[in-house]
Amino acid sequence: MSALALSGAIEAGLLFSLVALGVYLSFRVLSFPDLTVDGSFPLGAAATAVAIVHGINPFLATAIGTLSGCCAGFVSAYLNVRFKILNLLAGILTMVALYSINLRVMGRPNISLYGEETIFTPFAEILDFGLWTTSAVLLVIALAMKFFVDWFLGTQVGLALRASGENPVMARAQSVDNGRMTIVGMTLSNGLVGLAGALFAQSQGVADVSLGIGTIVTGLAALIIGETLFGSIKVAWATFGCLIGAVLYRLFIAAALSAGFLGIQAQDLNLVTAIVVAVAVILSQARRNSRFKLWPRLRRLFPQPQPQKG
Amino acid sequence: MLSVCDAYITFNPGTPLAVPALRGVDLDIAEGEFVTVIGTNGAGKSTLLSAVAGDVRLDRGGVYIDGHDVTARPTEQRAGMIGRVFQEPRAGTCSSLTVEENLALAASRGGRRRLRNALGGSRKKRELAEQLSRLGMGLEDRLGAMAGTLSGGQRQALSLLMATLLPMKILILDEHTAALDPGAAATVLELSAEITGEQKLTALMVTHSMRNSLDFGSRTIMMNAGRVLLDIHGEERKGYDVPDLLDLFKKTTGTEVEDDQLILA
Repeated sequence: MSALALSGAIEAGLLFSLVALGVYLSFRVLSFPDLTVDGSFPLGAAATAVAIVHGINPFLATAIGTLSGCCAGFVSAYLNVRFKILNLLAGILTMVALYSINLRVMGRPNISLYGEETIFTPFAEILDFGLWTTSAVLLVIALAMKFFVDWFLGTQVGLALRASGENPVMARAQSVDNGRMTIVGMTLSNGLVGLAGALFAQSQGVADVSLGIGTIVTGLAALIIGETLFGSIKVAWATFGCLIGAVLYRLFIAAALSAGFLGIQAQDLNLVTAIVVAVAVILSQARRNSRFKLWPRLRRLFPQPQPQKG
Repeated sequence: MLSVCDAYITFNPGTPLAVPALRGVDLDIAEGEFVTVIGTNGAGKSTLLSAVAGDVRLDRGGVYIDGHDVTARPTEQRAGMIGRVFQEPRAGTCSSLTVEENLALAASRGGRRRLRNALGGSRKKRELAEQLSRLGMGLEDRLGAMAGTLSGGQRQALSLLMATLLPMKILILDEHTAALDPGAAATVLELSAEITGEQKLTALMVTHSMRNSLDFGSRTIMMNAGRVLLDIHGEERKGYDVPDLLDLFKKTTGTEVEDDQLILA
């Protein structure tokens, strides 16, 4: 693998670690299977790109992208909480709506940020990391967000949020408003995803209406890899797992692409991601549920010749 | 302290599955009273508790706690006035939160939760450990353990401490020892009586054991078919034994107590 491919994979991994943190908040902490992500990621990218093209300071533009992600999460949560729309459907509705909204925001299917000033530009002048400047900046942001999520989940509001996701009956009895917690958590979750989109547009130099496809699955893949490696019970380890999981996943993909493994090409990425997630979920269920044993099933599929009694 | 006035609740109203759960319950509980509630299956005991806690809304009637009309308030808005221990040990605590975090969550019940670290410093930890040591379950050394790793008895004891951590108006115990083994059940029951007596709490405890309903608390209510059938308190209650309760039940309803789940001893 070339240095360029390696740095590209690490950049993408660090970007998606933010998505994984968001997915951790919605899927794991809140138990809200949130599909908004596929819309809020390109929304963050689109809003930031448009702001930058209009000459707005890139840091402010990144904040705008993050906040637009927050809004998307709020809408999904509000649909679910206020109107009792099934959580899965609420996310899908927002995601579908966002496709049109993103086209409206950009006014065309994609915006190039080539030659524009981004939040990475000033660091490229200060830091002398060459190819690795973007990765270094992204690493700092990803770590900051990991510690932010750790801190938040340890606050009084954070504890209420965790209780609400895991045991809503108990949470209510402890005066936790479950609906409000869903809204807070989803807003935060999609804010992280919006931030990831904003940084994606700036590091890749383009915002595209179709770049959201498969975001949720990649985020889940990263989350599950992290959980497998570091466990999912302690918050600090789970968020650390999001970072490592996302980077490992992108490295794995990059390695598979560059080695021509099984003839995988760039367009197969979503298929590979889906398969990885499906297999990971099946395996983690097999581990959790002792009744489900993969090995005997496999053995039954390939029956061994039985020794004859004689 | 707690008044339930003319409470009616029907589940699945207007369908063939309609079940009248409460049919005109009137109940007044004075401050400091420890009321045990007993009754056959489907008598409405748990529904009454749910109505007080806010989990089910009344079709008719009202619930007043300390003079406040809470009839229309959802559970989370009453929770500041109510401490609660559920039947199922897993229901009252959060498995993936540590013992300390569960207690911290209970410590902010009824208040405004802020973006402030929920866990206190070492002094607060010592205080919590001291309170946990009173439970006599060795939990004081396991502040950092996930609640999911505790035994059923330990979780119920923790629930009990969480419920009584803050001053409150009424403590609700919904068959909170029914899912425990006899040893743990006895311990948790003793603890409940001890804490209630010490803090002079107003409490409402549902039990399946007639024995316990007379041995604990200061007043016994027997429910049947969504109504309060018997209400025994004061000097009169001291002379009562389980056979007296059964006799009284038979005299009032004209039927025998027939319920496998109702423990007579």
